Amino acid sequence: MTASFPGTVVFYALAALAVAGALWVAFARNIVHSAFALLATFLGVAGLYVFLAADVVAVVQVLVYVGGVLVLLLFAVMLTARIADANVSNRSLGRFPAVILLLVLGALLALAAIRSPWSRAPTAPATPTAAGLGDALLGPYVLPFEIVSVLLLAALIGAVTLARKPARARTGSAGATTVPAPPTRPEPPTSDPQTAAPPETAP
Amino acid sequence: MMIGLAHYLVVSGALLALGLYTVASRRNAVAILMGVELILNAGILNLVAFSRFVTGSLDGQVFALFGIVLAAAEAVVALAIVLQLYRAWRSVDAAETREMKE
Repeated sequence: MTASFPGTVVFYALAALAVAGALWVAFARNIVHSAFALLATFLGVAGLYVFLAADVVAVVQVLVYVGGVLVLLLFAVMLTARIADANVSNRSLGRFPAVILLLVLGALLALAAIRSPWSRAPTAPATPTAAGLGDALLGPYVLPFEIVSVLLLAALIGAVTLARKPARARTGSAGATTVPAPPTRPEPPTSDPQTAAPPETAP
Repeated sequence: MMIGLAHYLVVSGALLALGLYTVASRRNAVAILMGVELILNAGILNLVAFSRFVTGSLDGQVFALFGIVLAAAEAVVALAIVLQLYRAWRSVDAAETREMKE
């Protein structure tokens, strides 16, 4: 990749869009705002894919994430009511430990990304990837490709089965269902069979 | 300054940390799902960046496509569960809804 000036500016703009959207998702009071901020993150990441010479992945990101996942999330937000009340809709708990987690993890990841001596391949000039991806999906990756199609079918059937209203309301005896016994814990393995004492039973 | 691998990794690390913050701090199940989507985006961005700068082949992009498909399937099933949860409990608070059995 050449060190051209406009490309650098565009990269920083896209990265700022993605990170700012993620910040808004994490800190917004209203969950509808979080959902729309997720749109900015998805579009920014799609732009970064274009920058990485992954045009097909960028288009799939826009189609699947923006067109599918985000619309589904908005449906779920709208269908689970009381969204106007910010304290109910997007309440957060335990903000302080989560902030510590955020800062420590972010600092560690940035440090590791900058300090590590990554092995580098010479970056090829950006070429269209659709033909290569098609060959890869129907060549060496054909088995995962087929498995993913079966997985999508399973997810479709599972989602329909889960979200369907029950065919008829169950009458009575709702409280009489028996709770199954919890599974018994297996014996803890003894590390040294010669000298191991018989395991103490928990009181 | 030349845009290299470390720039993308820093962006991806920021997305991962913010997604983890969302998962850890929210109580709304849909918001938790948004955090999961952020984490998955960070991972897929890493795959594409390493594919460009380290291996120089298309394998990382193939894995990125599989990751996007898996994320979509996960979102569909999770949202179906959330709807069912809301139908049973009139709430999607992850701290209040403790079971899915009727």
